[in-house]
Amino acid sequence: MEALFQNIINALQWGSFYALIALGYTLVYGVLLLINFAHGDIFMVGAYIAFGVSVFVLGVQGLDLPNWAVLACGVPLTMILTAGVGVTLERIAYRPLRRKGAHRLYVVITALMCGLILENGNLALLGASRKKFPELMEKTVWSLGDVSVTNLKVLVIFAAFAVFGILNFIVTRTRIGMAMRAISYDKFAIPLMGIPVDTIIVFTFVLGSGFAGLAGMLFAMSYPILEPYMGALIGWKAFIAAVVGGIGDIRGAFVGGFLLGFIEILVVAFFPSTLRDLIAFSILLVILWMKPTGLFGIARHQKI
Amino acid sequence: MKKYTINIAFLAGCLLIVLGAQAGLFNLYIQSVILFMGINIILSTSLNLVNGSMGEFSCGHAAFMCVGAYVSSVVTVLLFAQNKILGAPLLPPELAPFFFPIAIIIGGAVAALVGILVAVPSFKTRGDYLAIITIAVNYMVISGLENLDIIGGPRGFMGMKQVVYAMTDVADIPWMMIWTLLGTAFTLWILRRYTSSTFGKGVNAICQDEIAAEIMSVNTDRIKLVTFMLSSGLAGVAGGLFAHVIGYVNPQSFNILKSTECLVMVYLGGMGSLTGAAMSAVLFTLLLEALRPLQIIKWVIIPLILVLLMQFRPEGIMGNKELSDVFPKLKRYFSFK
Repeated sequence: MEALFQNIINALQWGSFYALIALGYTLVYGVLLLINFAHGDIFMVGAYIAFGVSVFVLGVQGLDLPNWAVLACGVPLTMILTAGVGVTLERIAYRPLRRKGAHRLYVVITALMCGLILENGNLALLGASRKKFPELMEKTVWSLGDVSVTNLKVLVIFAAFAVFGILNFIVTRTRIGMAMRAISYDKFAIPLMGIPVDTIIVFTFVLGSGFAGLAGMLFAMSYPILEPYMGALIGWKAFIAAVVGGIGDIRGAFVGGFLLGFIEILVVAFFPSTLRDLIAFSILLVILWMKPTGLFGIARHQKI
Repeated sequence: MKKYTINIAFLAGCLLIVLGAQAGLFNLYIQSVILFMGINIILSTSLNLVNGSMGEFSCGHAAFMCVGAYVSSVVTVLLFAQNKILGAPLLPPELAPFFFPIAIIIGGAVAALVGILVAVPSFKTRGDYLAIITIAVNYMVISGLENLDIIGGPRGFMGMKQVVYAMTDVADIPWMMIWTLLGTAFTLWILRRYTSSTFGKGVNAICQDEIAAEIMSVNTDRIKLVTFMLSSGLAGVAGGLFAHVIGYVNPQSFNILKSTECLVMVYLGGMGSLTGAAMSAVLFTLLLEALRPLQIIKWVIIPLILVLLMQFRPEGIMGNKELSDVFPKLKRYFSFK
């Protein structure tokens, strides 16, 4: 029983990362109908930026602030810088294509290739040696019976829920969120209403990439080894989680991320760990067979 | 005469390559580049059938290649090679040249059966959701093979070189070159015949407008099933050849990166263009070899080329046209149906 609770806590932590990344996928998809395949690698860049910020800028080799200050200043700084990377990507790669009215597929290919460039560029620049992330938080363990909870786990889970709440508020209650939903509803009529489409899209990328940066920082704190390909696998899986939830829907991404986290952790807990991907993907495929547009997705009827 | 020019030219080219390899005009490195060209042509043209002609977005092509590679390798090693796990060869090695193509075809057939995994969901879903399903199938195949300890699991599987040596013992000619060229010729022929047949016209109809095609009495489900199976079966053939050329396979050599390579070749060549896909496979192989001294920077430059291509010439080299559409005068000399 205790093992089950322990696994549930771990699954909540693991699912939080998936949920954070899947939220970024969903935001961009909801507005642009574009699968931003580079998002997983933006998460990886976020982790590296977090490393750079917390070691070379604020940390031991920079200003040498105390740990709590590094954490407090590092999180917003990482988010801002990662958001800058995401917006740069949008400016350089996606916007020209959108202006030309290119086929959606070409944009997807471009995104895929940008992800590869980020991964391998990182490998070429920084070398293949893995980076050790410094410990920024004093580890405190709370034990409830046999279940142990660290403060970091609580922070990660809390961050995921907080981000979900913030995004939900932005998309459903604010003017800019209304503009986002409007663009996804009809992108031809919206500019005629005086809504600045490009600004809204940039804001979307800022949100998505910023939260990917947050996820990168938290991930680096939880599993303090960084390598250039860490974003690829997590990115693909988070994307699949977003689709299972119903892509373009914020609740769907959140639920899908946690669902995938739970499936993976419970498979590892009760089966041989090598079967993780096989069982997880099989379950997701079955879900997609049952509900082809995901759990929260709405079937769209095409007009003839 | 016009009907046969292209076949004769192709055959003459293949003969020249084989004779050159036999006479030692090309060293082993050039031979291996030619072999990879053939394998890449099979991969890119078969993916082009789904991604270009049918307009779906499949990005897990390496999964079928993986199945074909493993199945054909296990069959040939079981029959003709001494292996720690599978034991002594079951057949005398003199029979290797005759059973090798059968093993490759078995690999392709099993890969085609795995293709049903993708084909059945594609009846209902399109676009992004289908892309997910293909990626998931890619992960599942790799993960499944890594858990099969009987064929080596994550350590990979070897012993295919012994089969190739068994063939060269029968007759000392470049066997793998011959089989690869035959496979390439077969692929190009069957794809051309398929897309220009009455049944295969439906493939392009699905690309243009699926609902309209359905209304105009095109049996879209059946066409999707056949097309996916043909595409994945050919990828399985490519995988089988690949395994025997390298002599070693492991599941991780068929991951998403390999699938991405296939995608790069298709979009470099131009969607829906058979000659474009073949040409871009040749170009891509040469590019990989030319950039080899740059090591890891190679994988920055190749995606960069594709990004620039999408910006400035998104339709690829050929852009949905065949060679004879670009140079109409060529039509006088051959007809390729």
